[in-house]
Amino acid sequence: MTLSGAFAKASATHIALAKKAFTLPDTNLSQKPPKKVLSFQQIILKLHDYWSDQGCAILQPYDMEMGAGTFHTATTLRALGPDPWNAAFVQPCRRPTDGRYGENPNRLQHYYQYQVILKPSPPDIQQLYLDSLTAIGIDPMLHDIRFVEDDWESPTLGAWGLGWEVWCDGMEVTQFTYFQQMGGFDCKPVAGELTYGLERLAMYIQGVDSIYDLDYNGAGVSYGDIFLENEKQMSEWNFEVANTETLFDLFNKAVGECENCLEEKLPIPAYEQAIKASHVFNLLQARGVISVQERASYMGRVRDLAKGSCEAYMAKNGWAA
Amino acid sequence: MADFLLELLSEEIPARMQAKARADLERLFVAQLSDAGLKAADITVYSTPRRLALIAKDLPDQTEAVSEEAKGPPEGAPDQAVDGFCRKNGVTRDQLEVRDVKGRATYFAVINKPGRATNDVLAEAIPAIVKAFPWPKSMRWGEASLSTESLRWVRPLSGIVAILGDDLVECEIDGVTSGYETVGHRFHHDGVVTIGNAGDYAEKLRACHVLVDQTEREAIVREGAAKAASDGGLELVADEGLVIENAGLTEWPVPLLGGFDPAFLDVPEEVIQLTARVNQKYFICRDKSGKLAPNFICTANIDASDGGKAIVAGNEKVLAARLSDAKFFWELDQKTALEDHAKKLSNIVFHEKLGTVADKVERVAKLAEWLVSLEGNGFYQSSPGDTLHGEVSEAARLCKADLVTEMVGEFPDLQGLMGGYYAEKQGKSEAVANAIRDHYKPVGQGDEVPTDPVTVAVSLADKLDTLVGFFVYDMKPTGSKDPFALRRAAIGVIALINANSLKLPLREVFLECLNLYLKTFDDSEWDQARETTDDLLAIIKPASLDDQQIWDIAAVRGEVEAPLDFEFVEELLEFFADRLKVQQREAGVRHDLIDAVFALGGEGDLVRLLSRVKALQAFVETPDGENLLAGYKRAANILKKENVEQSDSKPLSYTPEKAEKLLIDTLDAAQPDVTAAIEAEEFEKAMTALANLRAPIDQFFEDVTVNDSDADKREARLALLARFRAAVHQVADFSKIEG
Repeated sequence: MTLSGAFAKASATHIALAKKAFTLPDTNLSQKPPKKVLSFQQIILKLHDYWSDQGCAILQPYDMEMGAGTFHTATTLRALGPDPWNAAFVQPCRRPTDGRYGENPNRLQHYYQYQVILKPSPPDIQQLYLDSLTAIGIDPMLHDIRFVEDDWESPTLGAWGLGWEVWCDGMEVTQFTYFQQMGGFDCKPVAGELTYGLERLAMYIQGVDSIYDLDYNGAGVSYGDIFLENEKQMSEWNFEVANTETLFDLFNKAVGECENCLEEKLPIPAYEQAIKASHVFNLLQARGVISVQERASYMGRVRDLAKGSCEAYMAKNGWAA
Repeated sequence: MADFLLELLSEEIPARMQAKARADLERLFVAQLSDAGLKAADITVYSTPRRLALIAKDLPDQTEAVSEEAKGPPEGAPDQAVDGFCRKNGVTRDQLEVRDVKGRATYFAVINKPGRATNDVLAEAIPAIVKAFPWPKSMRWGEASLSTESLRWVRPLSGIVAILGDDLVECEIDGVTSGYETVGHRFHHDGVVTIGNAGDYAEKLRACHVLVDQTEREAIVREGAAKAASDGGLELVADEGLVIENAGLTEWPVPLLGGFDPAFLDVPEEVIQLTARVNQKYFICRDKSGKLAPNFICTANIDASDGGKAIVAGNEKVLAARLSDAKFFWELDQKTALEDHAKKLSNIVFHEKLGTVADKVERVAKLAEWLVSLEGNGFYQSSPGDTLHGEVSEAARLCKADLVTEMVGEFPDLQGLMGGYYAEKQGKSEAVANAIRDHYKPVGQGDEVPTDPVTVAVSLADKLDTLVGFFVYDMKPTGSKDPFALRRAAIGVIALINANSLKLPLREVFLECLNLYLKTFDDSEWDQARETTDDLLAIIKPASLDDQQIWDIAAVRGEVEAPLDFEFVEELLEFFADRLKVQQREAGVRHDLIDAVFALGGEGDLVRLLSRVKALQAFVETPDGENLLAGYKRAANILKKENVEQSDSKPLSYTPEKAEKLLIDTLDAAQPDVTAAIEAEEFEKAMTALANLRAPIDQFFEDVTVNDSDADKREARLALLARFRAAVHQVADFSKIEG
């Protein structure tokens, strides 16, 4: 998903940048936190409660590394075919090139998205979404909530949709998309996808300026206590240590295994291998060993795997394009 | 007569699409009405983020009744034919009329179509409009999207209000049915709003915090932002694009003033402005002294319960985060010298056939150096080693370095500008920094044209290198397709040449560009290319050379000498002539006159070409010019008919008539004058000399018979006309002149 700005839109930036520490100037303009502030985990629990009440299956995160919640099979594969499907889940996302060695208050190489998928998209989906904001303490009479055009496209998944980025007082807090195509297939029916940037939302609700200062559990544990060391070590590994020969090997093996699964008509394992290849490709990017010219061809290979898996999934279920 | 209201309610319509959507709605509605023979006295269209609306005034209650006649078979035709005619027209036999048609009694059917209720017409028109609506991007949604044939709209369509007078216009589109009910502001008003008729629509919505008229919202944004600024002792930087965009994002706009840490003002103001405008849609302000103020104005869509304090605080935080990114980039980029940034350009492909950006930069630098040292270029006086030469060389080698900086990575629009700032910070001379900043200019017609010599040289070199590269590889613009913006580049070159009165022989310039492309191959690449590909044949595609000659040129790489007859050179010159015509149209220069001068052999010096065209234009618009042109056309027609190509002047075998003698004498006198004037580039003088021919040629056609029965006379007179034509052609090819 394209959660632009702050931590998600880091583009390919080199290590020097990543290592540079800087702090926000003291603006003395910060909003006073509301009296009863939700902790990070309470925000998740409230969203779970809310979407559970709306009839969603509350899933657990997919147990593989992926760049966005959209890669979860509950989104990608379930967006295909005619069957109704309503689910909500937290998905950890890994974007190796966004790592900043724990030294940037807005960017992480590992963070969380809260994802809701509603298929077919219900007529009151916007209101359902706005009510979920109220559920986590955002008062729409006090804040300026806006739906600003932002269309979504994932060349890797052969997917696109129309929708908005939702702004709360000028900050993008959610990506809202009506999927039109997935894996190159028309979505019949169309699913609505909501992707909340959890850290950003929590920073907003709690009124803090650094991700690491987020109150995680309301009982003294901060986000930094849990993840700061992880960010430092993973950034070092992503940018400097990861063995690139091993990574190239892993990439090729994932590609091979995906093709193997496709031959055996096993779309779900095939898709998992596509996700794996995609993540390994991201790591290779972070290691800076893929040239501009090669980049397109690697992305093309991942896209072929993902599209092939979607095609096999359609075929396995007997759905016509 | 009744007024009609149509509202199409939907989820948020992108702001940038609303103006065209209003125009489309009006156009489609007018077309539907006109098909039914209806016309409204007045039509108004509105848009907000959530609705498109139209009000048509004074629609008749019914369409006009019409009476149509159909001519049938003659009286006495077989029953079958007459019955068929009746069936076809829905009449019975006794309703037929018999009329006389050229003496034959013939059946006529008179069909009276009663007027239709306008309400019925509209009930059909609305679904037709919705289904034909040309959104730039549209989507499917909801349960209906099980079929790909389901209704498409820009975002889900949720309601239709359609009222004629006080009556509902009943219609249904893909499960959405028309009614009296709509919704008010998303947060200020719960539940539905019931509309009575077109007359109370805007006011009822206003009561529910929706200003449906975009011009009213635009005025609130425009004036509200200015007021918010002046209340803070500041002056708003007006931005009409932002006014319209913010009005398109709100149903109840409330401009609010916010601030940011003045420490961010170290960052160039263009960066701050771009961050604020593009990412956040904020206005910026200046203080009394005209300096950028650490403030912004955002436009909320709500009268917040705390007066907007929380909204301002939130927006301030977002902008602070964005500006701290920008400040970080600004500081980080300066830690690397532009020379070192430039090294990374070898990782960026300019075009797969034209090498990397680093290759391009090297060619541009050499070309810029060559241009300023070109003798008689009319503007520069430079030679290797002097200041100008050094500055041109440095500026060209650094002009693309900012493409790999973080700031330009984040804001591509700032290319050039950032390079200029970084050059300044690095202590480069003003001329070098200016050239880096402005070398993309002019961007299209109307943009400022650089005049600083260093900037002009780099800008010209950059554009010429691009043009030649794409032309030799045959990637010319076709029709509306111009993916590499070559037309813009050519217009830029023309503007630079004209604004600075440069004397550039374009043929030679193009060949030098080609040389530089050839030089970028190193020896091994060159050898390989010669052995393994035909690609180089494609690069150098001379019209008049055989393969061996091409390889000979290749062998001396870069030693190509003008004037070789390269196809791309002529194509490119023609391309320039076409751009010149477009560019000069506004200045009132006639395109046919440019053709007339260009046809003489593709003048490569655009300044000379234009001054000649202008002199020609002044001349042909005088009575002398007009008459000479008429005489020329008459002569040219005769010569064409007689297939006379050129003039062999032979001594006459007879005594010429008076008018004939006059023409000969005038030509004898005028021809050397014309030649001398043109050589001296005194085109007005050449025109004056030519004007002397006017009276004699008129007289000649009046008194002398060209097609004389005496073959000698006939031949001599045709030769004289051909000589006249040749004299005129010294100035321009008059056959290209219109009128």
